Amino acid sequence: MEETNPDPNPGESTQAVFTLNYPRIQIPFEITLWVLLASFAKIGFHIYHKITIWVPESCLLISIGLIVGGIMHSVHEKPPAVLTSNVFFLYMLPSIVLDSGYFMPTRPFFENFGTVLWFAIVGTLWNSIGIGISLFAICQIEAFGVQDINLEENLLFASIISAVEPVAVLTVFEDISVHEHLYIVVFGECLFNDAVTVVLYNLFNHVAAIEVVEAGDVFLDIGWFFVVGLGGTFFGILFGFVAAFTTRFTGKVREIEPLIIFLYSYLAYLIAELFTISSIMAIVTCALTMKYYVEENVSQPSCTTIRHVIKMVGSVSETLIFFFLGVVTITTEHEWNWGYILFTLLFALIWRGLGILVLTQIINPFRTIPLNFKDQFGLAYGGLRGAVSFALAFTLPDSIGRKKLFITGTIAVIIFTVFIQGITIRPLLKLMNVRKTNRNLETINVEIHKRLMEHTVAGIEDLCGQWSHYYWKDKFMKFNNRIIRKILVRDNRPESSIVALYKKLELQNAMEILDQMSGDISAAPSLISLHEDRKNSPKPRKKFLSSDVANMHELLSKNMYKIRQRTLSYTNKHALPNDITAREILMRRHTSLRRSFRAGSLHGTNAAKMSQKYFSLPMRQSLHSGFPSRRLGHTGDGDTESEIDYPSNRPTIRHPHRPSSTAGMPLRPLDTLKNAASSVNTVNEQNNVQRGNRRSHLSSRRTFRFRNYSDEDSEGEDQKSRSSPHAWVQEPQNSSEVQHPLIGRPHWLPQKPQ
Amino acid sequence: MGSTNSTLLKIPNVEVLMQETGFSPAHIIRLHDRFKALDKEGRGYLCPQDFGAIKELAMNPIGDRIIGAFFSPGKETVDFHAFVKILAHFRPVDKDRPKEPNSPEPINSRSNKLKFAFQLYDQDKDGKISRDELLKVLRAMLGMQVTEEQLESIADRTIQEADLDRDDAISFEEFRKSLEKVNIDHKMSIRFLR
Repeated sequence: MEETNPDPNPGESTQAVFTLNYPRIQIPFEITLWVLLASFAKIGFHIYHKITIWVPESCLLISIGLIVGGIMHSVHEKPPAVLTSNVFFLYMLPSIVLDSGYFMPTRPFFENFGTVLWFAIVGTLWNSIGIGISLFAICQIEAFGVQDINLEENLLFASIISAVEPVAVLTVFEDISVHEHLYIVVFGECLFNDAVTVVLYNLFNHVAAIEVVEAGDVFLDIGWFFVVGLGGTFFGILFGFVAAFTTRFTGKVREIEPLIIFLYSYLAYLIAELFTISSIMAIVTCALTMKYYVEENVSQPSCTTIRHVIKMVGSVSETLIFFFLGVVTITTEHEWNWGYILFTLLFALIWRGLGILVLTQIINPFRTIPLNFKDQFGLAYGGLRGAVSFALAFTLPDSIGRKKLFITGTIAVIIFTVFIQGITIRPLLKLMNVRKTNRNLETINVEIHKRLMEHTVAGIEDLCGQWSHYYWKDKFMKFNNRIIRKILVRDNRPESSIVALYKKLELQNAMEILDQMSGDISAAPSLISLHEDRKNSPKPRKKFLSSDVANMHELLSKNMYKIRQRTLSYTNKHALPNDITAREILMRRHTSLRRSFRAGSLHGTNAAKMSQKYFSLPMRQSLHSGFPSRRLGHTGDGDTESEIDYPSNRPTIRHPHRPSSTAGMPLRPLDTLKNAASSVNTVNEQNNVQRGNRRSHLSSRRTFRFRNYSDEDSEGEDQKSRSSPHAWVQEPQNSSEVQHPLIGRPHWLPQKPQ
Repeated sequence: MGSTNSTLLKIPNVEVLMQETGFSPAHIIRLHDRFKALDKEGRGYLCPQDFGAIKELAMNPIGDRIIGAFFSPGKETVDFHAFVKILAHFRPVDKDRPKEPNSPEPINSRSNKLKFAFQLYDQDKDGKISRDELLKVLRAMLGMQVTEEQLESIADRTIQEADLDRDDAISFEEFRKSLEKVNIDHKMSIRFLR
């Protein structure tokens, strides 16, 4: 890229009209181009969705990097020397780590804290030392010609390649049903693994530089290891609290709230770097501490912004590193040594596998849910090496004699693990899964009942509150609630989107009910009687083929809500967590409560049945006709604001589909009702422009049955609605009472079809 | 919070409660703390709104059924005793409890746990899970992409598998039988309530 300076008036040294001044913008320009290229690559992968299922994203990125590297090599261009030690350690690593740390689900994390630390610290040490020593042993063999690598350098190399990255494993785990705790172990292990690796790297780097190592030094180093780790944690917590405290006062300056979070985390990182203690631990603990309090203090848009930006920056950093990996693979000089590198691969695999096995045996008795063989296999085989390893290798000091060999070795390990293990882990796990779970032997009954029981237990656990075996944890929670929260959390805090949504629904319902005072009618009685009729007609027993049953199992396993859905949504490392299922559940529950309240007021009609049916597609409607608008609204709807605050944007999109989705009644004779309901909804639509999404027709139908509602009664009604969840399912004994209103206002409801 | 004994003394009939439920004094105290935390107005009993205030429970697909299980039919409040008794269902089974032939079955026996689960389905308390009730639960537990037809066939299949006396509903015995191979103690226990 040369600098051209076309001179429109040759021969005159006047001011050129059109000049190119490349060197001025070179650096930012090239950075932008690289990032843009990496982003295009990411976009490209997701166009064809199937690719990302079978091939982990890191593979794809490396491949693109390889291609670009190939192009650059063929035109004899050098890759930008951007990935220096400073750039990596000061800019990229904090982003990656902050991304992991911020989205770590805290409660499962603390429940599995021991395991996570165990695997991270002891596991990494095991791996590093094991691989290092075995490689050193190999080095002694003359045939490989690597005798000049001493023990410290081997250990250094080993520590570099011990850093695992869980991304591919997590995405595979999502599809196969894996316990929640395994996610956390993998997720947490990676995070702390990075910290331990960096510490070891520095340690061995330091040691490798020293000529003579004494025993005393070793102990000092071990002591230093702990100081570093704990120091980092302490700094992190300190900064976390300070950040939380600061956000208490940002009520009037909401725009800078995200900035505060980033600044404090970064500050924690930098200051830890200043004192050469573990900066990764600092930033992670800062994020963990901060998140809890800050998310209560900041406004909803700020919260979203924070998450978005952290994800974005972390994702870009990681992408860039993989990209560079690909490029560098082609363009640098490699020093290849068959023996050393092959043995590295071998030892990496063996030691990881052994490590996981042994460590699991030791820790399993302490766990409430022991890790079974499948879990262990996932952990071990899923230990792909990634960005951090590469960056650490690339930024090795030049004083290491065999730096090129190490870089080549690291790249080899990364490419091997990412490509081969990354692509094969999914089929292997699926194979194990199929053998292990014997899903086809379980009846549909058992599957459903089991899930119900899991939800029940989860619910009761939530009901009991945060509780553990550990007395001091409970004490801490009390202390937290009484003292810390008072200091750090502002009083008028905005709520999370779910709570806000819930309250908004409540309010809207209350308002609608007030609006429609005269609505007494319900479609319910006719529906119920229809339903009764249907029920009474004897149905021939359906024959179910085994393929049907298999389909059902598949359907159930894909669609049944997982326990505490929110946790699992955090594990997709490259995407933002979304609240969609939580909102589905919340809205359903809300509808049923509202209905039950009305049903309660009408002495237990089965009116609520209708609402429950509402949230599945009407019969014989395909997924596509019934749902697209609704789906459009929700998928990718990371920001919750649009639904809550700007619903007026939505009506036009949804309107044409509303009739079909509104009806939601699965009973065949209801075509007439559908039309009626839709006409009513159209009317209501125009009246209630605010209600942009399906909430509106929920509420509009609900209002029909309404008797007298007044504000004073709201307390009582709420109580009633919630106190009679079992009331609403009673068979309608008093439907006669309800029928009178029906007859009273027939204009929108046709005759009861028989 | 004072010493354990003083707190225990404040709870009426605590001895009977511990005897019936098998909870240790420490657990009773913790549960009492939790009860008080939920009972924000200090009335001494809980009503459904208090349960509704628990956010995570609101996110639970069957959250409202769980809440409903605490309230006996017709009652709208639950006092501490009833609260603890319901929670006692979730204690892990005491394996080394001597089997006295004359004593009533402990609340956390396998059978009682199953009854609890059964009641979550059988909201009208007629002793049977009708197809309708099953459909409701399915709808609550399944995502929105599942069509009504699929739901109905799942419900049909469920009933077909379990319903031995061909009455198109699942009775408690049939329910129990269908789950005979499942480790209910494991599934329906909360370890920290041991």
